[in-house]
Amino acid sequence: MSVQKAEKEIQQNSMSAPVMRPKNKKSKLKKNLEGYAFISPFIIGFLAFTIIPILTSLYLSFTNYNLFSAPHWIGFANYKKLFTDDPRYWHSVRVTLIYVFAGVPLRLAFALLIAMLLNTASRAVGLYRSLFYLPSLIGGSVSVAIMWRNIFGDQGIINLLLKFLGIPVVHWFGNPSAALWMLIFLSIWQFGSSMLIFLAGLKGISKSYYEAASMDGANGWQRFNKITLPMLSPIILFNLVMQTISAFMTFVPAFIISKGTGGPLDGTLLYSLYLFLQGFSFFNMGYASAMAWIMLIFVGILTGFIFLTSKLWVHYESEGGR
Amino acid sequence: MRAKSVKWWIYHILVGGFAVLMLYPVIWLLMSSFKPSNTIFTTAQSLIPHPWVWTNFLDGWKGIGGNSFGLFIKNTAVLVILTMIGQIISCSVIAFGFARLEFKGKAFWFAVMLVTLMLPNEVVMVPQYILFSKFGWLNSIKPLVVPGYFGQPFFIFLLVQFIRTIPRELDEAATIDGCNTFSIFSRIIVPLIKPALATIAIFSFYWSWDNLLGPVLYLNSPTKYTVSMALNMFLSNESVSNWGAMFAMSVVTLIPVLVVFFIFQRSVVEGISTSGLKG
Repeated sequence: MSVQKAEKEIQQNSMSAPVMRPKNKKSKLKKNLEGYAFISPFIIGFLAFTIIPILTSLYLSFTNYNLFSAPHWIGFANYKKLFTDDPRYWHSVRVTLIYVFAGVPLRLAFALLIAMLLNTASRAVGLYRSLFYLPSLIGGSVSVAIMWRNIFGDQGIINLLLKFLGIPVVHWFGNPSAALWMLIFLSIWQFGSSMLIFLAGLKGISKSYYEAASMDGANGWQRFNKITLPMLSPIILFNLVMQTISAFMTFVPAFIISKGTGGPLDGTLLYSLYLFLQGFSFFNMGYASAMAWIMLIFVGILTGFIFLTSKLWVHYESEGGR
Repeated sequence: MRAKSVKWWIYHILVGGFAVLMLYPVIWLLMSSFKPSNTIFTTAQSLIPHPWVWTNFLDGWKGIGGNSFGLFIKNTAVLVILTMIGQIISCSVIAFGFARLEFKGKAFWFAVMLVTLMLPNEVVMVPQYILFSKFGWLNSIKPLVVPGYFGQPFFIFLLVQFIRTIPRELDEAATIDGCNTFSIFSRIIVPLIKPALATIAIFSFYWSWDNLLGPVLYLNSPTKYTVSMALNMFLSNESVSNWGAMFAMSVVTLIPVLVVFFIFQRSVVEGISTSGLKG
């Protein structure tokens, strides 16, 4: 179920309010009061924990603030420093972009491939589905990050495998780009939740399309390209947006695998980790806030871009389609 | 018949083999935790420990700085349960408002909620920290628990979807029988959304149990540490090369997650498939 669709349905629903009114006809005021009473926890929480912090963060981004003395207004100095005078910042941007734009497409491609393999009538599918989902379930935990650290160690099983296959071993912790790929592999390994969403989408595609295409002589690739991909495109869009945003926010694996430093040589210094270090190790809270706002604007633009271009490639079934 | 069974074998060897390959690191972690610490990496190629030892679990359970691992589990359990209660209550109330009541500005607030779904957490991290420090909530679990009592967008979204599948005739009949809005909620809707509430409870458990960033920011004294932080501490002391204890406690930390998953597989899988909850 896509977010947009749900929103539309909600609007439609509120237009077609209960037609048959029971005898105690409530006044409009009472209805509004009741509605707001029920959603008031959300509104209060949204104001206190989201809107006020976001605005505070905007203000702080123009200040020098270390949590112990009062914020000191410095105008655009933080932003100026970020853009012109902080090579480490640009390095972390580059690392994060590689992480997101290599990791997310590979993860989704993998998820789709496995989902298509599992979209059969076999009774074992339930078991496989759970097994493939498992990495995704436990993947965000510290335990798994510790495990990952150790299987990629110099004596870990990955290097044993490489040796066995006759490939030169890689010093994953000695080489910044190898260390980044170690993080990307961890993110691909957790393809399970996207796979479940794809699987649900594949089940929703009517078999008659494939039967008709086969009768017209379409081969496997044509069926995939002309039926599966277009029919699945709203779900691909949903996965793409959600996974991209969450990839930008990745923190735990980089924190654990590099023991909180972002090393080796800042190879795993993801944006969130650098922001965390600036804010909570160096106590440059103003600077960290400026980083957060750049992130917010960037993610906003990127999401907007994905949604706008989606008109070109996302196929929404017409109302009577199903 | 025979041709079909060959195809069947190929499929299961391929898919099953791949599943085992995916899970091999986890199996390796589990088996390594039964190996003597100094042989974990010298015997990394073999899965079966020789000899089997329990000492890693005993070592790890001693914990850090005199605080046993049991204390960290207890701390985490308290955090998980308090958060879960808050999220279940607040999200069901809020979702009922969005799904069933008509009021001015509903579409607006629903849209706001959907936008907060996509908000990067980093943006609010610094000011929230400042806010909670002003409240005097540092070094307590309040910053981790209290926001849960004001709803969680993903859970609200999931519940709204679920409530909308319940026929409105039930509400109308109850109204004619003299129920007010709150008793429609508590007597009609809540009993019917129990499956969805179970899904929420499960994900709430996963997220609090695994949470690292929150505890790292807000908990300072080791007596308040959660399991994630304890594992992080093990890692910082890794130089002493007691991998066995660290692996053993990693396994212990994974066990509740796996047990809950295997008991509630259906709710978990359906929760993700229908709402895109990130697991």
